Amino acid sequence: MTVNQAESLPSLDRLLACPSCGLLHQDIVTPVGKRARCQRCHRVLFFPRRRALARISALALTEAILMIAAVFFPFLTINVGGHTHQSSIFETALSFSQGLMIPLAALVLVMIILLPPLRIAALFYTIAPLKRNLPPRPRARAALRFVEATEPWSMVEIYVVGAVVALIKVAGIAAVSLGPAFWAFSALVVVLTFKDNLMCYWTVWRLIDPQAPRSQA
Amino acid sequence: MNLPRTAQSLGLVGCRTCGRVSPAGTPACPHCGSHFHSRDAELQTVWAWLIAGFICYIPANLYPMLVTQTLTSAKAENTIVNGVIELLKHHEYAVAGIVFFASVIVPIGKFLAIAFLGLSLQRHATLSSHRRHKLLHIVEFIGRWSMIDVFVVAILSSLVQLGAVAQIHPGPAAILFALSVVFTMRAAQCFDPRLIWEKDDGSLK
Ligand SMILES: [Zn+2]
Ligand SMILES: [Zn+2]
Repeated sequence: MTVNQAESLPSLDRLLACPSCGLLHQDIVTPVGKRARCQRCHRVLFFPRRRALARISALALTEAILMIAAVFFPFLTINVGGHTHQSSIFETALSFSQGLMIPLAALVLVMIILLPPLRIAALFYTIAPLKRNLPPRPRARAALRFVEATEPWSMVEIYVVGAVVALIKVAGIAAVSLGPAFWAFSALVVVLTFKDNLMCYWTVWRLIDPQAPRSQA
Repeated sequence: MNLPRTAQSLGLVGCRTCGRVSPAGTPACPHCGSHFHSRDAELQTVWAWLIAGFICYIPANLYPMLVTQTLTSAKAENTIVNGVIELLKHHEYAVAGIVFFASVIVPIGKFLAIAFLGLSLQRHATLSSHRRHKLLHIVEFIGRWSMIDVFVVAILSSLVQLGAVAQIHPGPAAILFALSVVFTMRAAQCFDPRLIWEKDDGSLK
């Protein structure tokens, strides 16, 4: 249906604009398990999943445990003719901690060690009350904005691939063994992928906003 | 039901975070709290980040990324491209390919793609909105992976600390390259894809 400028517009609360192309959609209803896409640019707008909030909470809890293991256990150990050196994930970030490199140490710390747990905590804060049908927490909107905005800056999966490249580079000069933190971080990548496949931000925004159209479960 | 109209064409502004619609001129989304930016300022921000990223990228390729010192050989300083050549010499073709792709192809492709998308808003576009939108999406998705080389340097420098036997230290290119990745990621994020579509449907002047 085309809406002319002259015609009266439906209530703004019934409209949603595609974030990619701006096309207006009215009263989107998405059955659980299906995807709602923008009619023009085909961007996925909603993908509600069965028991998504409960499953996201469980995965986020798993992430938190893996994160603790990843930070406190040894990551890699190198051995050359009796000389051994061990390094944790924390220490790899601090390898830039001299002189002009200090900002880089901070950047790597944020991307690898700081953001993942902060995002987990903010997500818990946001969805825990929703899961039990309680009203959203007062700072839920800021927390969810933080979770969404920091998504590209949390680089656990890139770091793990970087570790594999580093291993192959040293393989010629030394024997390297993988510590528990390496496996914890690799498992974290898998869990993060599962969680991203369940996390439909617009569904959560609808649950947070008391005036949002309740056309969908 | 779908209205073949955009928020912009009806004097509204759509929120890129939560999708809710507000009257034009609203400073921030009343539903999620995100700030709305003016479209012109947005495009200027994209160019600013892109140029900053390019300025860091050039010295990042000239300075060493990795400084290696072993018992057997003299101090070796490797730039990004040297590192790839080194891997090729050791017949690690797959890893050389990954590093070359993430550190050379992706950054250069990203500069070209974002500049092309920015210019396409000013003149007649040679690619459809669909394709240009897809290109922006790919740039956003792949751009982060350029950080691989920085992480490789971080891991190697903290791991290979074996006194006189072997030592690896980061070179100045590491921070320049990391900044270049961060700046170009910001450029891609600030690029509002709705500009591409608005030009196509004639609502962008
Ligand atoms: Zn769209
Ligand atoms: Zn909003």
